Amino acid sequence: MKIRIAIAAALLAASATAADKLKSGTFDPPRQAPEIAQKSADGRDFRLSGLRGRVVVLEFGYTSCQDVCPVSLALLKQARAQLGDKLQVVFVSVDPERDTADKLNKYLAQFDKSFIGLTGTPQQMAAIRQAYGISATKKMMGDSKTDYTIGHSSYLYFIDPQGKLRALMPFGRPADEIVHDVNILAQAK
Amino acid sequence: MTARRRPSAAGLMAIAAAVPALLAAIGAGWAAYAPIQPASRDQLFEIPKGTWARRMAGDKTEILPERIELTLGARDVLLLRNSDTVPQIFGPVLIMPGQDFRLPFEQAAEYPFACTAHASGQMTVVVLPTPEAGWQRLRWRLQTYLAHSPWRN
Repeated sequence: MKIRIAIAAALLAASATAADKLKSGTFDPPRQAPEIAQKSADGRDFRLSGLRGRVVVLEFGYTSCQDVCPVSLALLKQARAQLGDKLQVVFVSVDPERDTADKLNKYLAQFDKSFIGLTGTPQQMAAIRQAYGISATKKMMGDSKTDYTIGHSSYLYFIDPQGKLRALMPFGRPADEIVHDVNILAQAK
Repeated sequence: MTARRRPSAAGLMAIAAAVPALLAAIGAGWAAYAPIQPASRDQLFEIPKGTWARRMAGDKTEILPERIELTLGARDVLLLRNSDTVPQIFGPVLIMPGQDFRLPFEQAAEYPFACTAHASGQMTVVVLPTPEAGWQRLRWRLQTYLAHSPWRN
């Protein structure tokens, strides 16, 4: 009997450990997420550090993106529907020349009105990209001199309630995995 | 009282040949059917201390290959370690000095990542399925052994 209880306890502990592991890629040790402070697309003063106490997921992208960004935002919308205010999504534009505040605001509202958009001068946005190690490369479309796409980092960046950059989730993971990781990180209060 | 027969030279030779063959068969059987239980599932790639200085001096040695193969259930965690003294873009992520980035994989597939460290701008992690018991597992164990044997170079 004692042996059975011991085996059951060991199995329970093993499954709990597996459940506590993030699905994302993790940093060890985690560093403080670089501060972002500027106007958000809806005209409010934004400070990343002002979101302490919640899990923040940063996505870097642009409104004209045809493949990566709409998929990630749709997955984040699904995740937020399950998580509520535990999750705050912040979308950082890698295309500030075309992504005006108004355009970005309307674009994000199509997914979820709680999503915060950030755009600004090219210098401002380049500084944010540099702090997070984000690549964004402009590629001209065909013979056009004006139309372009931007190849950019497609990870989601997870910041815990203490403001630490804890994890990166590769593109395309299901919403359930986002929910799983946000729930774990939310415990780091 | 009966005299014990001494084995003939041919008999001794047959035994000498049979024992290694038997041991090899047992070993192959174990390698083909024993469950894979690695001590670590991490596949480590490390930026050694001094890399930045060497790069500044013109050294173009690649640390991270363009294609990385992992095996589900055996070695399915990509571990990137920055042991240098400056931040490094390593594969798809910015890693601080002394920091690790550990990325687990749970599905066999090809995962392309943007990576500025390579001329193609991309690196691919190929996650292979867990080798099934039998020939697949035997072959995987042999390949793993040969890849890590001291005389492979």
